[in-house]
Amino acid sequence: MSSAFLEMKNISKRYAGVQALDNVNLEIQPGEAHCLAGINGSGKSTLIKIISGVEVPDAGSEIYINGSRSLNRTSIDSIHQGIEVIYQDLSLFPNLTVAENIGISRMISGNRKILNKKEYIDIARKAMNRINIKLPLDHKVENLSIADQQLVAICRALTGDLKLLIMDEPTTALTKKEVDALLNVAIDLKQKGIAIIFVSHKLNEVMDVAEKVTVLRDGIEIGCYPASELNSDKIEYLMTGGNFKYSKNEDVYSTESPLLEVESISKKDNYKDISFVLHPGEILGVTGLLGSGRTELAMSLFGMNPFDTGSVKLNGEAIHFKSIEEAVARGVAYVPENRLVQGLVMEQSVSKNTVVTIIERLLKPSKIIDHRKKENLVKDLVRDFNIKIPSTDAAVSTLSGGNQQKVVLAKWIATEPKLLILDGPTVGVDVAAKGSIHEAIKELAKKGLGVIIISDEVAEVVNSCHRVLVMNRGRVISEFSTKDSQEEDILKCIEMSE
Amino acid sequence: MKKLLKYHETYLLIIIVLLSIVITTKNANFFTAENMFDLLKSNSFVGIMAIGVLLVLISGGIDISFAAIATVSEYIMAVTIIRIGGSVLSAIAIAVLIGTLLGFLNGYLIYKFRIPPIIATIATMNIYYGSLMVITGGKWIYSLPDWFRSFAEIRLLTFLNSNGNPYGLSVITVIWFLVIIVAVVILRFTILGRSIYALGGNRNSAVRVGFNVFLTETFVYSFLGFMAGLAGVVQALLVQAVAPNSIVGKELDVIAAVVLGGASLSGGKGSVPGAILGVALLAILKNGMTMMAVPAVWYEFFVGAVILVSIGFSSYQDKKKSNNTAIIDVKEQESLC
Amino acid sequence: MLKFDAGKNPELKVLSLILVGSFILMAILSPRNFLKIGTFQGMAFQLPELGLLSLAMMISMLTGGINLSIIATTNISAIFAAMILTSSINPELASSGDGIVIVIAILVALLVSVLVGLINGILISVVNIPPILATLGTMKLLQGLAFIITRGYVISGMPEAIRLIGNGMILGIPVPLFIFVFFAWLMAFYLNHTATGFNIFLFGSNPVATFFSGVNNKKVIIQTYMMSGFYCGLAALVMMSRFNSAKAGYGESYLLVTILAAVLGGVKSEGGFGNVSGLVLALVILQIVANGLNLIGVSSFLTVAIWGLIMIAVMVIHFMTGKKRVQA
Repeated sequence: MSSAFLEMKNISKRYAGVQALDNVNLEIQPGEAHCLAGINGSGKSTLIKIISGVEVPDAGSEIYINGSRSLNRTSIDSIHQGIEVIYQDLSLFPNLTVAENIGISRMISGNRKILNKKEYIDIARKAMNRINIKLPLDHKVENLSIADQQLVAICRALTGDLKLLIMDEPTTALTKKEVDALLNVAIDLKQKGIAIIFVSHKLNEVMDVAEKVTVLRDGIEIGCYPASELNSDKIEYLMTGGNFKYSKNEDVYSTESPLLEVESISKKDNYKDISFVLHPGEILGVTGLLGSGRTELAMSLFGMNPFDTGSVKLNGEAIHFKSIEEAVARGVAYVPENRLVQGLVMEQSVSKNTVVTIIERLLKPSKIIDHRKKENLVKDLVRDFNIKIPSTDAAVSTLSGGNQQKVVLAKWIATEPKLLILDGPTVGVDVAAKGSIHEAIKELAKKGLGVIIISDEVAEVVNSCHRVLVMNRGRVISEFSTKDSQEEDILKCIEMSE
Repeated sequence: MKKLLKYHETYLLIIIVLLSIVITTKNANFFTAENMFDLLKSNSFVGIMAIGVLLVLISGGIDISFAAIATVSEYIMAVTIIRIGGSVLSAIAIAVLIGTLLGFLNGYLIYKFRIPPIIATIATMNIYYGSLMVITGGKWIYSLPDWFRSFAEIRLLTFLNSNGNPYGLSVITVIWFLVIIVAVVILRFTILGRSIYALGGNRNSAVRVGFNVFLTETFVYSFLGFMAGLAGVVQALLVQAVAPNSIVGKELDVIAAVVLGGASLSGGKGSVPGAILGVALLAILKNGMTMMAVPAVWYEFFVGAVILVSIGFSSYQDKKKSNNTAIIDVKEQESLC
Repeated sequence: MLKFDAGKNPELKVLSLILVGSFILMAILSPRNFLKIGTFQGMAFQLPELGLLSLAMMISMLTGGINLSIIATTNISAIFAAMILTSSINPELASSGDGIVIVIAILVALLVSVLVGLINGILISVVNIPPILATLGTMKLLQGLAFIITRGYVISGMPEAIRLIGNGMILGIPVPLFIFVFFAWLMAFYLNHTATGFNIFLFGSNPVATFFSGVNNKKVIIQTYMMSGFYCGLAALVMMSRFNSAKAGYGESYLLVTILAAVLGGVKSEGGFGNVSGLVLALVILQIVANGLNLIGVSSFLTVAIWGLIMIAVMVIHFMTGKKRVQA
């Protein structure tokens, strides 16, 4: 007999003609921290939904809780079994107070009808005491920081007889300090005998607390490994079926006339005294932790978040964009961090998404869209970027992450920009697409574009860029030339700044 | 004091007080106990429906069909008491039963088939009202039983005005007050009430956390159906007759009153006091116009203006708030590594 | 460019089938009355005003919004035009200056309606009021204004030339049908061949992404509601001419029917999808059903109830097929 709290055998799930999970096994011991790794679409989230009873697995799948078989599970059942999930979006109620968010789910699962304020405040207090934190109980959740909201979600999970806590991508929206605090909470929970599953698409801090790592790829369980045996190369290999080898960017660029001259620009509560120069053909990396001001800086250059003081020159002309339209008209392009919401109109066609940036330029003199020109342009871009699509009329939502990102890239290259800013260009993209996206970026730079890549993946900026700026709390704290510095140097600099 | 200024209801109350002062200076008859009791009585009909609408809006839904439900319930109730007889209680029971059923059907369609509430209830409004008109031919009913008619005249408190005519707290107003108490209890003291707010705040989370979304969603629409049925009886009491075309068309006015009271169409927000103040604002506006001898044709115009100005004001505030980007604690001293 | 390839678009195929089905059904139920030229002419006179109003509703729904003020806009435009016409022209005595007055009246009607659209657009995009509340507010405001101006009375007695718009016939085909066909084509053209039309669909699906793509979202919304207003102005001219009068409160029952027509025609209430061909098919279906039922002596209220049932049925079918697509 195994002593596992949760044992899942031969879990399969098929929908929409896609085998989301194929005979996956998972075993979780009490007090164990387990990492569930895989890229987007690997089946991680389906597995989580099955554990939490939101989805029902196909016939033949077996789930055991404390050794006894659990059939026809619903989400209420899983809560009664002591399983709680903290989804990436946290699933809180922004319009309710902290105490209500923490206390109420316990009262529902207890099948209560009457709301007893004293009781739920008591529940909330106890939950907070368990992990030694303090949050304002009567504040609405919408007014809290993301890190505090996450603590609310953890407290909510702690209100019952918690046995297993599942956290979906818990660290993506947190600063370094907040991640450390979270990990301390996790260690604390482990000591109390609570098992934790971290779900992640990349190797990160949570691996340090995990004992085991289960890797999924295309719905198949690649294996379960002791965390100590894995390193970042190995895990990437397991998740993607190949290792992406960055090649150092050896391309040279002319430093004669700068493309972009940023001179000590500041924006209240965003960043201060930022200066740098970018040449045509140069790729500049900007890295730093969340909350370093890197995205805010990019948005200023793109006209969304005008800077307060300082000056910016593009091709020698002073610019101070107040709107995105202005920025686009002057040759600035921005590939946003959140592809699904900001980058693409998911339900609409590839064709429409590709030309949305330049529809005004596809008009005949009569102000009518030149459909032939439009179709040809779309075809050219699809070919140039090697985007794999069934047809240009297919909805973008049907494409893989990599192909989606290529559509975003294509729609900006269609504007023939001079300056291309990319925020997290390869997040959630598979290895093959990652390579071709970086190739495409380098090709563009060779043609004379100035490129700024914002990324928290240091390997990415070290290898693709000529120079790297490190930001921290709204300041540029260091500049590296990638020719004569290593990944470790930059990592050390980021760590020291905290 | 500072805390009070955070509430939408405070501003609404200030506006109502200012409006009342203006009206009173023009016509001293406005701010009299008699006029107030009269306003409370004549607005119970809208007030009861507003409470029902409030719950639907908080849950993130909308309902266009409640005026049709009120009409259908009112009509069937009237026909039944004329043919079979009964008491006021049985009349109310019939009306609310029918209202609740029709409301439940709305909720069921919306939950089961994920039809956008506005589309679903426009459709059911046509079905409910169309069927009623087909079956009844749109005939008015005047011959309500005497015991039913006289119920409307019952007062719990009676005073005499200077002309010797009695006035006071009508039993109809009391029905409205009871409804208000029920709504406050549900929203503030039950898990169901919190579920309604939770559903409106984040539907997906409500499903995940284990709220019974089916129950909550069908409840709010059934509750509104219940209130519409009750309002139908109140309308028959107030008018002393049943006219199938007298209620339909009022639905948007009621929704407007509730939204003025701070409820949001995107759900998760709204309060009973706010909804009452919203109803009060529109009622006083209408009454005040009569008192100040403003032609009645101006009423709709003022209602439109009030909606646009008041909602425009809060929408614009929200927009400004959401424009602010994340705040970064920028380092004052430069520190290199 | 009202072309449609029924084989390519399953939704249009289904609508075409329903159209043929309802036509055959009505022909069987009432062979003697339904299959008469007069019946079709009657339909051809009734369809345009509802059709123009439905186009006005449709374009707002494509952006994920709604325009509750269409009827009020139509009435206020008609009232302004009618006031100009009746105050300057005596229908009994034709005079040489009449032509200019008529042109001015038409322009005023269109200008007023476009202006209302502009106000709606600004309220929604700049002031940030949700479309349903913004247009509810303008609806009330305009209804009130119409009553204030007319004191609730009918303004009647249009000159002969104006009456032609709604009642004339060319080659046995009613003039309003020509107007409707042309402007339906124009709407399709606007949506499919202009930059704003292109943006309307994308904005309707995801306004954040269009914003990040450098699309001027405010301009899209304002133009959408101005266009919506313009079609109300056209409807105002047709209605004013057909009724030979203008009045506050005309045609209020049309409001919900336009939403029904749009939904039946495949316009997604969340925005982003829909086309003019589907809407036109839906309108014809509704007109055939309404006329057919009327001919067999069914009360118009039953027709309304049946429309409600059709609407629910369409939404349930959408839900079922959508679910199937996910599961298949």
